[in-house]
Amino acid sequence: MNYLFSRILATLPVMAVVACFVFLLIHLSPGDPAALIAGDMATVEDIEKLRASLGLDQPLWQQFGLWAARLAQGDLGVSIFTHVPVTQLLAQRIGPTASIALLTMAMALVVAIPLGVLAAHNAGTWIDRLVMLFAVLAFSVPVFLIGYLLIYSFAIQLQWFPVQGYVPLSEGVGPWLRSLVLPCVNLALVYIALITRMTRATVLEVLHEDYIRTARAKGLSLLPVLGHALRNAAVPIATTVGVGIALLIGGVVVTETVFAIPGIGRLVIDSVQRHDYPVIQSVLLLSAGVYVLINLLIDLSYTLFDPRIRY
Amino acid sequence: MPPSAPTPATAAAAPPARTAPRWRWLRKNYTLVLGAALLLAMAAIALAAPWIATHDPMDIDPLARLQAPSGEHWFGTDALGRDVFSRAIWGGRVSLAVGVSVAALASLLGVVLGLTAGFVRWADGVIMRVMDGLMAIPDILLAIALMAIIRPSLTTVIVAITIPQVPRVVRLMRSLALTLREQLFVEAAHAVGTRLPVILWRHVLPNTLTPLVVQATFIAAAAVLTEAALSFLGVGVPAQTPSWGNMMAEGRNFVAVAFHIILYPGLLLAVTVLAINLLGDGLRDALDPRLARQL
Repeated sequence: MNYLFSRILATLPVMAVVACFVFLLIHLSPGDPAALIAGDMATVEDIEKLRASLGLDQPLWQQFGLWAARLAQGDLGVSIFTHVPVTQLLAQRIGPTASIALLTMAMALVVAIPLGVLAAHNAGTWIDRLVMLFAVLAFSVPVFLIGYLLIYSFAIQLQWFPVQGYVPLSEGVGPWLRSLVLPCVNLALVYIALITRMTRATVLEVLHEDYIRTARAKGLSLLPVLGHALRNAAVPIATTVGVGIALLIGGVVVTETVFAIPGIGRLVIDSVQRHDYPVIQSVLLLSAGVYVLINLLIDLSYTLFDPRIRY
Repeated sequence: MPPSAPTPATAAAAPPARTAPRWRWLRKNYTLVLGAALLLAMAAIALAAPWIATHDPMDIDPLARLQAPSGEHWFGTDALGRDVFSRAIWGGRVSLAVGVSVAALASLLGVVLGLTAGFVRWADGVIMRVMDGLMAIPDILLAIALMAIIRPSLTTVIVAITIPQVPRVVRLMRSLALTLREQLFVEAAHAVGTRLPVILWRHVLPNTLTPLVVQATFIAAAAVLTEAALSFLGVGVPAQTPSWGNMMAEGRNFVAVAFHIILYPGLLLAVTVLAINLLGDGLRDALDPRLARQL
């Protein structure tokens, strides 16, 4: 209980640093923040008007206080470009992004863990080498190249899947899934490589333990033994899954552009080109929040895998 | 006796004893050799771009738009009729510059901050909290956000990619520093009154070089990929610069009719990153197998 409390408390400074960084983002710019937001075409008058309306003429600490107070109430500000509240913009875009992320994660876990165990069990053989070769390749070939290769072969040549775009879940599970298969396969490859490597390494280590030899010696068949090994290797694997969330979120941004999916990633890129800073700041806060939250949950889930860990 | 006298003798005696182990070393570390060879080849091609390129990478030819690869245009032409092969060769320079600069810059910042955190107790908390915060934001998003506040140029891209990588080096250096701090030779240096900067430079830093070099290699690979991703997304190096990411972005609307615009720069990018990753894996295994657990 004590651990639980302190672990939750430990996320506060992280989020505070993120919030400070995000707030300071426009002030870190070498130029005048108001001019930056106004863009290249703005007149001096425009810039001054914008400065006053955004409160950029106030002292920095006052701006921060105001910003933080509104943030605490869940107010992320208003988009400069579309004049729509940012929370509303994010709500419109979260569906595709969440769909891709969750489906990719599920796909990656289903493939990567058996693959890693397989490689560990056959360590040193051609199976192991093949799996490791795949992992190195998946780490090296850029997400967007694989994306276009998938589009070119499965959507344009074979026409099994739509080339690009996203169909919301409300229009039926079938079309929704069809629109997500290629982006998710694309994104899952890197994630699979990451988790497979970690699974292989930890399971390989566990397989050398005495209790595994005992289990084998008393005649337990292979699958239950690998099950034992996997459970004992679960904690480092879970940690990797959590750290990989950052990789996943970053990958979604790129994948959404490749497959022309109107998600959070596309929103942030459009916002950079429109100098729409409230949106960029909110996406940073959101993704950091998701990362911290998922890693917190994973930390707390260790007791499920390993009863020796007690909080 | 001149000091150079013994050298010829040892040199003459050495070869027969050395050839066998060295050959075995090469075979044992084939990933290292393969990675280094591939990377050197890519670097040589990029550096020799003016002589290898068959066309001017900026030359627009409206009559030769979207041509498939041919004897005249080895990798075909893009939507403006520019030669994809020549642009791809020149594009390697951007990736190389980014890879090397980011690895060097991130290592430098990371070493300074990491060793400070490891040895200066009051600074530890502050530095590590800031690093934790930076690590909570995905690399690409952080780089994109930084690109949003600075004018796009090669230098600013390098800065924007470096900042997300710094925490990785800091964490590594801090953990190494915490172990080294307790070592007898560091304590001895303290005891005789050696000043902290000297201890860090003379006694600590040399003992961190192996993991640092391996880490820097992986950072270079990540940097090359991130630069391409940023340019591909339209927030990287200026659009007119021939870089692999920019080329792939330009080919985005012609996937069905001119896939070669995306394919060739993408393949060069993949080979380069693969080479750096192989080099990193090879270095790690060759220099210190125990590192495999840490990185």
